Amino acid sequence: MSLLEVRDLTKRFGGLVAVDSLSFSVVAGETVSIIGPNGAGKTTVFNLITGFQRATSGEIVFDGMNLVGSRPHKIALAGVGRTFQVVKPLRGLSVFDNILVGAFARTGDREEARRIAEDVIEFTELARLRDALADGLPIGTRKRLELARSLATGPKLILLDEVMSGLNPTESREAIELIKRLRDERGISAVAGVEHVMQVVMSISDRVIVLNHGRKIAEGTPEEVTADREVISAYLGE
Amino acid sequence: MKKSPLYLSILSVFLIAAPFILTARYTQHVLIVVLLYVALGSAWNILGGFAGQLSLGHAAFFGIGAYTAAIIASKTAFSPWWALIAGPAAVLPVALLVGWICFRLRGPYFTLATIAVGEVVRLIALNWTTLTGGAVGVVIRPSLLSGTSKLPYYYVVLVIAVVTVTLCHLMSRRKLGYYLMAIREDEETAESIGIDTTSYKLRALALSAALTAMAGAFYANYFLFVDTTTVLPLALSVEIVLIAIIGGLGTVAGPVLGAVLLKLSSEIFRNEFAQANLLIYGALLVLVILFMPDGLMGGFRRLFGVGARKSQRVSA
Repeated sequence: MSLLEVRDLTKRFGGLVAVDSLSFSVVAGETVSIIGPNGAGKTTVFNLITGFQRATSGEIVFDGMNLVGSRPHKIALAGVGRTFQVVKPLRGLSVFDNILVGAFARTGDREEARRIAEDVIEFTELARLRDALADGLPIGTRKRLELARSLATGPKLILLDEVMSGLNPTESREAIELIKRLRDERGISAVAGVEHVMQVVMSISDRVIVLNHGRKIAEGTPEEVTADREVISAYLGE
Repeated sequence: MKKSPLYLSILSVFLIAAPFILTARYTQHVLIVVLLYVALGSAWNILGGFAGQLSLGHAAFFGIGAYTAAIIASKTAFSPWWALIAGPAAVLPVALLVGWICFRLRGPYFTLATIAVGEVVRLIALNWTTLTGGAVGVVIRPSLLSGTSKLPYYYVVLVIAVVTVTLCHLMSRRKLGYYLMAIREDEETAESIGIDTTSYKLRALALSAALTAMAGAFYANYFLFVDTTTVLPLALSVEIVLIAIIGGLGTVAGPVLGAVLLKLSSEIFRNEFAQANLLIYGALLVLVILFMPDGLMGGFRRLFGVGARKSQRVSA
């Protein structure tokens, strides 16, 4: 049974159709990439699923619960975590406190929340920065912190908006490694939004969905998608 | 919390013994005023400092607390001291209404809306003459505690201040405190990690308003006179905010330090420099803001190299 089921999802902004009758599903423990050029509608899809924007029509069912119309915090508590394309750390708080805030979603108990945060800070390899203020961190670390904060809430599914943008090659490799471990060690599903067709990202994806102008133009294994003529033309032009 | 630091024990002994050491009535009066503002700055800090919702309308909550005491004294047979409980109770529906309206707005728009709330409450109090006495105000008959001694007042306001600061301290280390700080830093991020931002902002407002009203109820019982120019002016809202900002926003000790510095110096300047006191007061504000932009707490941290945000870290 699928963990996330998106059916005929449509979002219009006035005359612009940002997402056009999109359907896809994510199975528990699966890593799916949504790729597509800038403006393809990836961020809108993430905002619709997490309740930051409201769908014009269509259905989003997560774990048997219809998410359309729910407020973002309800969706987060239901088990859908997210990161933001433009990272939004809690600037005035330390790395550890950023993660601790996330952990309070699971418990009101301070010691229990600290244990969860300790576990997450180890898992995401941020322990050596625990007392640093989130404000001064380099972009790669901030992205990692976004993921850590979300992970602390105990999600079943994490939506990673533009995981790779702005990262240097080393940071990219580390990010990919972390996403892999998310699935392999924690069994958490991930949907990663990626702008460019990156061979490395493709290699960790169980499935790839290609968006262009808000429509799904291809879906399949990384190999199938990269061989698809429509996908190639969307990226390279006719 | 398991072992209270030594300085807390020394401070407690000092606070309890203070009126016996400082026996001059005027000195005791200054202590009472300082403690009143410790409570006000700390109560404001819950909403403004921790949750980042800068209210310039807290005089409304203070005034409602004070008027509750005045109305109990003038219209009922009960002691106006009951306003310490009735004031916070009366302010809660007002606070929730204010939150429902103002929390639709963010940043400076929220602040502007709270100024409007303060003015609306002031104008209602000014014109609802049958209840509030209008511009004439209400004189409260001296009650039980109102002998010549200031001691009872000192201990009542000490309890109010200690309760308020303790609540801030407990909150700052628990889920509520962390959630308010998350809302202050970024509301969207807060929602994305499961925080019901509307609900938590309302809780912060309710707690902050109730404690402010309690301080207002004490004020009425101590000064025995309430009118709109003393308990509901915008200047009072501004003063409360200054105490928290000068001391250090979102820190537990900040408003305490801010109240001590600002109220003590304003008393000293008023006595020593007569007409020039506001000038010196203003210069002091400018100096603190220039050289300690994070308030006194931030300045101390930098000076003494105390770790970043240590006051907000949970002890292991």
